[in-house]
Amino acid sequence: MTLSLSGRRAARGAVLPVLLLVLWETASRAQWVDTKLLPPIEAVLDVFIHELTENGLLGHLVASLSRNLTGFAIGSALGAAFGALLGLSRAADYLLGPSFHGFKQIARLAWIPLLSIWFGFAESAKVVFIALSAFVPVALNTYEGVRRVPQPLIEVGRALQFSTAQFVFKVFLPSALPSILVGLQLALIYSWLGTVAAEYFMAVGPGIGGLIVSGRDRFEMELVMLGVVLLGSVGFVLSLIASRASHYLLRWQRP
Amino acid sequence: MSTLTLSRSGWQSAGGLIPASWTRAIGLVCVGLVVPLGAVLLWSLSATYEWLPTQILPPLGDVGRAMAEMWQNGDLVAHTSISLQRVLFGFTLGALAGLSLGIAMGLSPTFEDYVKPLFSAVVQVPAIGWIPLLMLWLGIDEALKIVIIAKGAFVPMAWNTYSGIRNVPAAYIEVAKAFRFNRRQLLRKVILPAAVPPIFTGIRYGLTHAWGALVAVELLASSEGLGYLLVWGRQMFWLDVVLVAMILIGAIGFVMDTILAALERRLQRWRFEP
Repeated sequence: MTLSLSGRRAARGAVLPVLLLVLWETASRAQWVDTKLLPPIEAVLDVFIHELTENGLLGHLVASLSRNLTGFAIGSALGAAFGALLGLSRAADYLLGPSFHGFKQIARLAWIPLLSIWFGFAESAKVVFIALSAFVPVALNTYEGVRRVPQPLIEVGRALQFSTAQFVFKVFLPSALPSILVGLQLALIYSWLGTVAAEYFMAVGPGIGGLIVSGRDRFEMELVMLGVVLLGSVGFVLSLIASRASHYLLRWQRP
Repeated sequence: MSTLTLSRSGWQSAGGLIPASWTRAIGLVCVGLVVPLGAVLLWSLSATYEWLPTQILPPLGDVGRAMAEMWQNGDLVAHTSISLQRVLFGFTLGALAGLSLGIAMGLSPTFEDYVKPLFSAVVQVPAIGWIPLLMLWLGIDEALKIVIIAKGAFVPMAWNTYSGIRNVPAAYIEVAKAFRFNRRQLLRKVILPAAVPPIFTGIRYGLTHAWGALVAVELLASSEGLGYLLVWGRQMFWLDVVLVAMILIGAIGFVMDTILAALERRLQRWRFEP
């Protein structure tokens, strides 16, 4: 029996991950390495179930996600407004553009110590940092999108004597939408990374980041691994949702 | 047309010293400086009249003094050069590994079938996720920093190289086939030159990511470097030190990105105007 082409590709793709898992399991079982450093896979699963049923893993996850979405919503709304302002008004672009481009050069994590001095370790410091992570990509992409609205469309709008609202909803928003959505997708990923980073540094209160840090401090490798897998999976699901949503919102563009 | 340009730049070229495009650029720079200067003014006013406690916003002079002091006692140079060394070393390792993986995945579909799913899964976990895991495996020595920074550079480099090679226009390859190029000629004369601009984009993103990863790893586990300076200033509540470190991190990131962006534009020009 021969496999179809896609079947063969999937089988090939599975080879390395399966090999790695087998190697991991045997290395751990046969004590080639310290099980404190490389716990067997079922130990990680045990911790997963234990955390889920007894230590409120879901609570941590919900705390992280709601923090993430709050910061994302605030940051991307402000970013879209700021980007649109810079895109629509020459004067605003000349005045604020250079400052913004300088400001975005500072590596995002470098803001954490400053924000934690200003806001303490409270929830507000984390949300401000997450919002900051989402702000930059949305602002940049909204700006680019608005600037690239084709001139003929604007001229047609003028010829039809569009009102400002008509300009915004019939000309600028539809033409800039693809670019804005790219910004929002990036912002969703950045704000998730920002959430975890904020929870690492300001490890007060529930959250996935705090969970990983406490696992590291107690040298519980299982907990750290669980946290890292969760962090990756949530990121994956978020970006999947974002790309599906953007595909749906842009369906009118496709013939 | 010529009268128009003459009348538009008339008063500027009357002196004959500064070209019109320069005056425009200088004007734009001045306008762009309004907001930062206004912020600085507001900052110093706020410090003078103590609108905010100094723990929240130290006087501007303090930040300047902290910078001058750290420059004089050599702290600034020591921390900056340690950070730069780490980035250069980690970036070089990561970029070379990424380049090799990208080329291999781009050229060989079989290799791609085997490796790409694992690569995509590993990419899902960002540098910030690997740090706690690797801290337990590697300790908090230089090895940890280099691996994290290298990983930051590795991903964009591998991805851009791979897609650059994959996206070589089919027309080019058809032309090469019509000329009966052998595999080596195809690689050297068609695929690699066409893939250079995206690879360069990978270098640029790789360096940005490496710099961000450096800050992350130095914040979490380091006793020297610019990121450590941030943590240290934070613990001591020396906001002026925190601000000095932030300014340096921003400035170095900006300089690296500007240089690479300029190089990238040159490469793009070469591509479109053979």
